[in-house]
Amino acid sequence: MKALAFVATLVIGAILLYGTMDFPAFGDPQSPASTHLSSYYIEQAIDETHVPNLVTAILGDYRGYDTMFETVVIYCAGLAVVCVLRRSKP
Amino acid sequence: MRLLQERTANQKSSDSPIIQTSVRIMVPFIQLFGLYVIVHGHYSPGGGFQGGVILGASFVLLALAFDLKTSIRYMSESVNNILGNAGVLIFTGVAVLCSLFGGLFLDYSALDVIIPMGPIEWRSFGIFLVEVGVGLAVMSILVSLFWDLGSAGGMDEGL
Repeated sequence: MKALAFVATLVIGAILLYGTMDFPAFGDPQSPASTHLSSYYIEQAIDETHVPNLVTAILGDYRGYDTMFETVVIYCAGLAVVCVLRRSKP
Repeated sequence: MRLLQERTANQKSSDSPIIQTSVRIMVPFIQLFGLYVIVHGHYSPGGGFQGGVILGASFVLLALAFDLKTSIRYMSESVNNILGNAGVLIFTGVAVLCSLFGGLFLDYSALDVIIPMGPIEWRSFGIFLVEVGVGLAVMSILVSLFWDLGSAGGMDEGL
């Protein structure tokens, strides 16, 4: 069973690594993210949100869903640990 | 000198007055810095997650230098739970409010109906509200994780 799990891990890892080969190179200026999205944020974010820190503007406004569910994930982790471990005194 | 000896006689070996005094001095500044990181996230690196972790680390530091009871005395467990729930509720509540007042979910400019200060200013202020919520949630969850894992759920002693 352990050998089977090891083989499955290796195969899935190889597939995932193979999938990353199609990615654009790191920091490639011709990649779709750099040609459309980044330039839009850099040009428009301060006008649209009045937040000088672009990271905060993207994280809190344009990518609000992402940040919200990040918070919910952390909340669920804390809730699970409290539910499993917390014992009130007898 | 005699008093100091008596006081340290019944302490655990890990209780060092040097560490405890320096922690007692450091904790307010750490908390102030955490608040600064949350509030100043619009202008400098920082924001809710980072500031919340710094705030939570101050209570973890108290629990490490003294004991778990001391950190619970400064931040009681029920208040901690309330803050954690309130943090997530602030975030989701602001998002739902936006859709209730005619905008899209998480579109802060829709809140212009409540306090008219311009849709763009509201986007900036909405980010601030959300960051405060994230900071509260991250702080209290970090602290409660440390308490629960450090004392195996008993909250009496540990670490």
